[in-house]
Amino acid sequence: MICGRDSLSNRQSCCLSLVADLRNSIRQEVTSDGEIQTEAKTMTRAVLLRSLTKKKKLVPSNAHRSISITNLSRCISTLILAEHESGSIKPQTVSTVVAANQLGETSSVSLLLAGSGSSLQEAASQAASCHPSVSQVLVADSDRFEHPLAEPWAKLVDFVRQQRDYSHILAPSSSFGKNILPRVAALLDVSPVTDVVKILGPNEFIRPVYAGNALCRVRYTGAGPCVLTIRTTSFPVTPITDESKKATISQIDLSNFEEESVSRSRYVGQSTQDTERPDLGSARVVVTGGRALKSVENFKMIEKLAEKLGGAVGATRAAVDAGYVPNDLQVGQTGKIVAPELYMAFGVSGAIQHLAGIKDSKVIVAVNKDADAPIFQVADYGLVGDLFEVIPELLEKLPEKK
Amino acid sequence: MKILVAVKRVVDYAVKIRVKPDKTGVDTQNVKMSMNPFCEIALEEALRIKEAGFAKEVVAVSIGPSQCVDTLRTGLAMGADRAIHVEANSSFLPLTIAKILKSLADVENPGLIFLGKQAIDDDCNQTGQMVAALLGWPQATFASKVVLDKGKQFATVDREVDGGLETLSVDLPAVITTDLRLNQPRYATLPNIMKAKSKPIKKMTLEDLKVDIKSDIEIVEVTEPPKRKSGVIVSTVDELIDKLKNEAHVV
Repeated sequence: MICGRDSLSNRQSCCLSLVADLRNSIRQEVTSDGEIQTEAKTMTRAVLLRSLTKKKKLVPSNAHRSISITNLSRCISTLILAEHESGSIKPQTVSTVVAANQLGETSSVSLLLAGSGSSLQEAASQAASCHPSVSQVLVADSDRFEHPLAEPWAKLVDFVRQQRDYSHILAPSSSFGKNILPRVAALLDVSPVTDVVKILGPNEFIRPVYAGNALCRVRYTGAGPCVLTIRTTSFPVTPITDESKKATISQIDLSNFEEESVSRSRYVGQSTQDTERPDLGSARVVVTGGRALKSVENFKMIEKLAEKLGGAVGATRAAVDAGYVPNDLQVGQTGKIVAPELYMAFGVSGAIQHLAGIKDSKVIVAVNKDADAPIFQVADYGLVGDLFEVIPELLEKLPEKK
Repeated sequence: MKILVAVKRVVDYAVKIRVKPDKTGVDTQNVKMSMNPFCEIALEEALRIKEAGFAKEVVAVSIGPSQCVDTLRTGLAMGADRAIHVEANSSFLPLTIAKILKSLADVENPGLIFLGKQAIDDDCNQTGQMVAALLGWPQATFASKVVLDKGKQFATVDREVDGGLETLSVDLPAVITTDLRLNQPRYATLPNIMKAKSKPIKKMTLEDLKVDIKSDIEIVEVTEPPKRKSGVIVSTVDELIDKLKNEAHVV
């Protein structure tokens, strides 16, 4: 691996390694038209370099034909804003690491964690081995970061960036990432690309628009770092076989970190559901209820079915608006995006905005009394029937979860 | 206190959009356009704050071609006191919009800026956060409840986040972006629509505001997403379970 895990800034060490490699092993001959020909054995490195610099030919700058360092400045070095909870990294952050790996051949990945106390340090330790491509974990330990407020976080990212050069700054497209990253981008005076579903190159991405009814391929052409939020359902994590690699953990010196004290925001409290069920964004199975459930009590049927299948519970906007379930269960364009293996929708009409959140599900099942409901156009299996009869029958007849 | 509300004219939420065959974008000719639903919610919240006596004036702003005036008239009909139309022919990136709004804020000195959390066309969810950064103001995004303190020094905001609801307190002036459940926007009544005709809409240009256009993102092409292959209708629960078990292998 070319980018080393040493104490130099990531891009510097990456670039210097490349220069050393090239000086040691490339022998060049300049032909009459100025094109460099490399020996076959070093073809890979040269091709790699060319793909990084986007130049078709390497032009020697002097008679000794040394490679100028500016050609190597396209080394990819990524900083990821990490989320952690109860002493470990959230799965969406690991998906973001997977995405970072797709930016280019040589890339180093650093995770930035902020918070305070022992749960932060525990999370840092776990982060250091959460994925083999993570080379560094940066830790900002301060009461200021006890809760992820956008203002101190954005300043922290800028602070870290000023000391270590990054070509890319990533965050998951979670409420944390969506809240903080655009603020970071504006501080850096760059346009971010949010909700990336596919990475085509270090500066070319695909993102959904119009509730996922169109896909937009964009190219970042700016000079500053490329700032992205990643739709994590599009970058699944494969289980890690080699857990022996551990990244270096560095505590960030915050003594020169100043935050304006004039305008402030303060964390007051939160109300979150403590549930044993899997997280909606990463569950293998999701069972969703719509407004047809008619009451909080009836929604328990959906919960029972989810439990039987070992899945998470989802809801449409209508069901949340009606008060049957809390807001964090909402699936859709402006709620959660899910991509489970099995998505079951009961009493869901299939509005455009809801479908936006479920299109990448492997199998979609719909049960609705109305045969004309739009949901049947996207369902792999549809059953026209009364959910109040179908759900009990399913509960009775479905095999127990493995 | 003055409240500035940014509103965007977008393809109506119920329209089934079509991607242009030349892949340059989505077809918006002869398609119904409306105020972005989140922007309506933003404007509604500003109006309620004014009606509760916390603000003197609600100013609606829109950036875009001449048709934006229609959207602003709707805003005035809902109850905004005056409007500003920043003329622009090309569609700008959120960073440029944020810079325009920052320039306007420097002139108007609002105590609060409300925006919808995202526009339903580009689904970016960036502008509010960027305006806050450029102004150095605190931000409260995805707001589902906003309560101002009596002294108008800070706002207590409930936010819809991944885990549920989070409550923040932000010093004013601040930027707030609105989520779905913050309120139910009012319909403009006929008398208000008539009154709106005489409310002023000020025209401004980028030159007036001294804003440079930022173009660091190019749209390469716009395509349709892959279509799911069509499914089947089953007639019994038994058939459904059989298919899920033996055909799809998901249970």
